[in-house]
Amino acid sequence: MADRILPISGTLHGAESRRGAALEWLHTWVVTVDHKKLGLLYVVYAIFFLLVAGAEAMAIRIQLAFPHNHFVSAETYNEFFTMHGTTMVFLVGMPILFGFANYLVPLMIGARDMAFPRLNAFSFWLTALGGLFLYFSFIGGFGLYGMGSAPDVGWFAYAPLTAKAFTPGHNTDYWALALIVSGFGTLGTAINIIATTLSMRCRGMTLFRMPLFVWLFLVVSGLTLVTITPLTAAQAMLLIDRYLGGHFFDAQAGGSPIVWIHFFWIFGHPEVYVLVLPAFAIANEIIPVFSRKAIFGYPAMVAASVGIGFVSLTVWAHHMFTVGMTAVGNSFFVLSTMVVGIPTGIKIFNWLATLWGGRIRFATPMLFSIGFLFQFLLAGLTGIMLSVAPWNWQLHNTYFVIAHFHYVLVGAIVFCIFAAIYYWYPKATGKMLSETLGKWHFWLFVIGFHITFDTMHFVGLLGMPRSIYTYEPDRGWNTLNLVISIGGFIQAIAVLIFAWNLIYSYVRGKEAGNDPWDAWTLEWSTPSPPPSYNFAVEPVVRSRRPLWDLKHPQDPDWKYER
Amino acid sequence: MTCGSRVRTYLSLLSKWARPGADPSLCIGSESAQGLPSTDGIANRDRKLSTMRSQRSGSSIRARLTCAFCALGSAFYASAQGPKAIPSILAPASTPANEIYGLSLFVLLITGSIFVVVAGLLAYATIRFRVRESDGLNEPPQVYGSTQVELAWTVIPVLIVVVLFLTTARIIFAVQNAPKPRSALDVTVVGHQFWWEFRYPSLGIVTANELHVPVSTKDDPRPTYLRLLSADVDHSFWVPQLGGKTDLIPNHPNEMWIDPQQPGLYLGQCAQFCGIEHAKMLIRIYADTPREFEAWVNKQQRAGAQDAWVAQGRRVLETEACMNCHTIVGTAAKGTFGPDLTHLASRATIAAGAAANTPANLRAWIHDPDTIKPGALMPAMQLSDEQNAELVAYLSTLH
Repeated sequence: MADRILPISGTLHGAESRRGAALEWLHTWVVTVDHKKLGLLYVVYAIFFLLVAGAEAMAIRIQLAFPHNHFVSAETYNEFFTMHGTTMVFLVGMPILFGFANYLVPLMIGARDMAFPRLNAFSFWLTALGGLFLYFSFIGGFGLYGMGSAPDVGWFAYAPLTAKAFTPGHNTDYWALALIVSGFGTLGTAINIIATTLSMRCRGMTLFRMPLFVWLFLVVSGLTLVTITPLTAAQAMLLIDRYLGGHFFDAQAGGSPIVWIHFFWIFGHPEVYVLVLPAFAIANEIIPVFSRKAIFGYPAMVAASVGIGFVSLTVWAHHMFTVGMTAVGNSFFVLSTMVVGIPTGIKIFNWLATLWGGRIRFATPMLFSIGFLFQFLLAGLTGIMLSVAPWNWQLHNTYFVIAHFHYVLVGAIVFCIFAAIYYWYPKATGKMLSETLGKWHFWLFVIGFHITFDTMHFVGLLGMPRSIYTYEPDRGWNTLNLVISIGGFIQAIAVLIFAWNLIYSYVRGKEAGNDPWDAWTLEWSTPSPPPSYNFAVEPVVRSRRPLWDLKHPQDPDWKYER
Repeated sequence: MTCGSRVRTYLSLLSKWARPGADPSLCIGSESAQGLPSTDGIANRDRKLSTMRSQRSGSSIRARLTCAFCALGSAFYASAQGPKAIPSILAPASTPANEIYGLSLFVLLITGSIFVVVAGLLAYATIRFRVRESDGLNEPPQVYGSTQVELAWTVIPVLIVVVLFLTTARIIFAVQNAPKPRSALDVTVVGHQFWWEFRYPSLGIVTANELHVPVSTKDDPRPTYLRLLSADVDHSFWVPQLGGKTDLIPNHPNEMWIDPQQPGLYLGQCAQFCGIEHAKMLIRIYADTPREFEAWVNKQQRAGAQDAWVAQGRRVLETEACMNCHTIVGTAAKGTFGPDLTHLASRATIAAGAAANTPANLRAWIHDPDTIKPGALMPAMQLSDEQNAELVAYLSTLH
């Protein structure tokens, strides 16, 4: 129905018919309820905002390259770091990862589509509307300083800075509305993924034969339902405070700013896992294929993922060690945070064991996955350092924290996103991405990444706080900041190479064929790109690696799997 | 015995192992080899020495490790540019900062060891198990898992977590629940957009942005207890060399304490985003010797000198809008929205550290604060040049 040819008014002759065909093509993308098209829409939408928020990051880095720099004004700087954070989390990270889920989950479980295709389309367009709301503030959200002011309260937007008294104008309203709207989109997708995995699996695919990718998205979706809700509630309270005379966060009338901090981090910390578990999902697919081995310890991986999901709900106040909790309260959150390290450690060891004894092929997706493993290890270890409350009293809100969470968000998640795009681009387009450009992309990005974010740890240890638009020249931070900025630009060049690769390979890329990586999950049994009906016949599976069974009839998995 | 103290007694057993004792001579040696710059009247070497002496000495392996970290720390330190100290958390100068520093070395040791082992395994695996020509298209043996191995790598992290948690909890209680001695000085810190108000309730002093506290030594412990309040939005008080940061949150009074062991100037700044000029909400803490501190207190307790030759300037202050926001004891100005100016000339900086306290800067600031600190809440005062000059002449006499 969605792909039905739609009548476009007017006669269809010559040049007009070409225009008509283009319009019709566009129309199919707008009205589509096909999970693959929606998945691609998510990915393209997210890559667009990746470039936008990346440009904001570059402006931030130019400003900080030198002390007392005047590249942007204080208010513009504050807008940029607020928009950079909000965009990267809500308009890049979540959409792109849910885009992968949209595209791949039905294919991996042998289904025709998501459980609720219309809800799926609705969710995407809500998310898109959220992005539009947020960026419209640059034009319509006038703040303190005249017309057109983006939100400038930080992506964490601590009350009472967001109160009418301190932030007049509408920019904070656009911020809150954008997150409410895109939050509902995210909730819809999460419900859809849960319903799909629980009810749409093909014959023979028990829960314990699902690819780990699907398992992780099941956990992520459950987590999303629990975490987006408090965020939406907090935004509603904020708007009530701002417009309806509420006092949720107003200390002068019995409210408490700490309520906001709790609500935000009850959302905010599990949110990190909403973003990083999909990265694990991607690594779980790519590392085994390029090591030519089954994933080591599948049941332990499932248990660790579910465990991380639950434990992540108990750690939020480790963002609040400096707000003045009791010693007992602080100690509790130290312990719960450190406990996350145990299932995470299990995952890292299982990935190592998967590599062990394999025959590792270093195609670009695998390079990014190895980068992910290394950086995620370091990110986990700096996470342990930050969980040590007394040390956190020093490190909190410094560039050490910025370095730590960029190690997670870029070093782990963005690396996995790149790996996923190099891995599944052939499936989605039928063309291979250029390996040469891919290697340039990888090496430039990994070098730029380490120049930037390794250095950030040190400038944080030297006492540089976050969110400052400039700094004093005599604090010893000058050289380090210049180095960080240079690394940032190397990464920007790498991302531009990547964007060029996406376009160039779409036109000039090698034909991919059904199964270019010699992989084992069901999506590789379909043509590239898959037809709208996905599978001509419903597949039947007997193990976790159905294509391995087909390729090795003498040595199938189902004989050995526990 | 209360529950809390029992926990502490138990945890102190661990402390013997956890606390990085060190041979002071080794550390100082490695530090001077790096060419530590002496800065702004703060004798870093002496400070480090006394710090190290105050800690118990441990095994030689730990001493050497600690020294390696000290060398690392001083390497950061050696990157100092200009005469002022870097507000580094690796150069602790007060008991809470020291406790944290010791704990951080211990955590660094554990996490560093984990990194070496796991990253080593990763590097080995990627090199050893890369595909070779001879492999052809053969698949490697398929291994699906091993319960014993997986149990092993679950138990080891559990043990590490137990050790890390107990040592951490000990330091949390040691810093947060430290008993307050009778000799402690109380200061109330009020965070404002974008400056600091310091009140000494027992001494009757109110000042801004530059905090004077007495040096605290083992023989004469005089820690300063800061009660942290906010007048508007969230702020965070942070002077890295003296201790961790603590937030100032409206209607949620917090407390922290510092006891600088060496006299001199310690730098810090607001560490919680608080609005447009968050970046220029700087803190200066002067740790004074007992005699200096007494002299400072005596001077601050007196009303500012009101010289006759600047009476014109005083009249400008009392008749223009200045008096709505500022207080100068002994005049009609009793406003509380802006910093107390009674002893303005005794401070080294204006605008919360954004500029040096010179007549030229004062004139520029009064003419239009945005030239120094765009977004500061003080309005441009719309004075004539003559009025401005008279006002600055008056303010410059307020020692």
